[in-house]
Amino acid sequence: MRKVYLTLRCEFDPEGVVRPVEFLWEDGRRFPVDRVLDVRRAVSLKTGGRGIRYTVRVLDREVCLYRDGDRWYLEAP
Amino acid sequence: MSSAATSGLPAPAGSGPLRTILHCDLNNFYASVECLYRPELRDRPVAVCGQKEKRHGIVLAKNMPAKRCGIRTGEAVWQARAKCPDLVTVPPDFPRYLEFSRMVREIYAEYTDRIEPYGIDECWLDLSDRADLRRNAPAFADRLRERVREELGVTLSIGVSWNKVFAKLGSDMKKPDATTVIRPEDFRETVWPLPVDELLFVGRSTGARLRNIGVGTIGRLARLQPDFIRGFLGKWGEYLWMFANGFDASPVERAGAEVPVKGVGNSMTTPRDVVGEEDARMVFRILSESVAERLRRHGFRGRTVQVWLRDVRLASFERQRKLPRCTCLSGEILAAALALYRENWDPALPLRSVGVRVTDLVPADTPVQLDLFDVEVGREREERLERTLDSIRSRFGPDAVQRALLLSDRAFHAHPAEEHVIFPGSRCGAS
Repeated sequence: MRKVYLTLRCEFDPEGVVRPVEFLWEDGRRFPVDRVLDVRRAVSLKTGGRGIRYTVRVLDREVCLYRDGDRWYLEAP
Repeated sequence: MSSAATSGLPAPAGSGPLRTILHCDLNNFYASVECLYRPELRDRPVAVCGQKEKRHGIVLAKNMPAKRCGIRTGEAVWQARAKCPDLVTVPPDFPRYLEFSRMVREIYAEYTDRIEPYGIDECWLDLSDRADLRRNAPAFADRLRERVREELGVTLSIGVSWNKVFAKLGSDMKKPDATTVIRPEDFRETVWPLPVDELLFVGRSTGARLRNIGVGTIGRLARLQPDFIRGFLGKWGEYLWMFANGFDASPVERAGAEVPVKGVGNSMTTPRDVVGEEDARMVFRILSESVAERLRRHGFRGRTVQVWLRDVRLASFERQRKLPRCTCLSGEILAAALALYRENWDPALPLRSVGVRVTDLVPADTPVQLDLFDVEVGREREERLERTLDSIRSRFGPDAVQRALLLSDRAFHAHPAEEHVIFPGSRCGAS
């Protein structure tokens, strides 16, 4: 597994809560985030490190996006 | 055994409401954080080691595979490698460890504000005010461990007991990632058979003295006559006796409570051995200037100067002396430190590490008894000069103004006041 850092568009609500909206994959495709299912602090055991884990639905698949400070990444094979 | 009541000691545990105290110890802390960020190292023996070039080349922490190879914290890197040739050594990243320590404490703070840190990786938590949690404290400890493991990727050993000393002992009993409960009804079976050195505050030398008189276990210590142990080890012996019997009533401080500063000190492992008074003067000068600057920065003066010396065989000792007046002047600290060095050390013996510390602190604005012979005028002038140097250094950097003495050997070039972040093993970062 490897860490893929993403260009990500997100939305801040008036309370300051961040919601990822769309991210750009390394091959240039854009993926909209349909729904945020869960947000919690978590470890990314496969690639190492920790951050705030956003479990989101993208094209009917569950994906975990990690926010590490100001950077976002995905665990990819 | 004479009763506690007749010996003037507090009533035994069980006679009042019992507290619920957790001692949480992050397992192999530095090594766990390093392995978290480098998953490829997780199953290999890993040790976090100081920089060899700066002669800090010792093992600061190791992971479980390294522990299984027999590697111990504090041993030299070459010794560790001799035991385990495949050992992976990584440099420490103290800012990251401090960040993890803060995040773990944030989790604790969600449950109680009674959190007392003991170093970077250990804390006591007092749950006595949380009726909901203390009802099943071991189950809470298990949930807390799980939460820290899932959110931060590091593991905890937790001791649960009714006093701080036994809670700490419990967290040492099962590692890693485990909960140990010590109850008033079973501590005689669980705690008393343990070696006496495992009791908090029984150091190497006290442990040896106790073993010399046949006190090898905590239980043997607990069953001694309090009068005897007081006579043998003094007041401190009485405390140890109380701890061994579960009478520790010391409170868990609230999070953020002001810890009174007791002393300001700096130490350094020198880049080469310190031989002779000239070398020693240079090192003491660097340390005294740093200590004096920090005293002034924090608004203190101190009355006692301590020096700490360690030779190349790693044997160390400490000496101290009182000054005629409280000071924050580097010259006076240096003079006292050098006098201690001359009186107690053979300059032909090489030194490896040196420390200077000023204690018996008073606020800098404490009134001063003036001297008939007007010594104070000269001291005030000296202090104005040193404060001016502080402000130049803070604006233009620590090298803006230097002693010519320090130009004679650039190897000793150091700024302990700036580098004062955290020293492993130091129990409260700000000593």
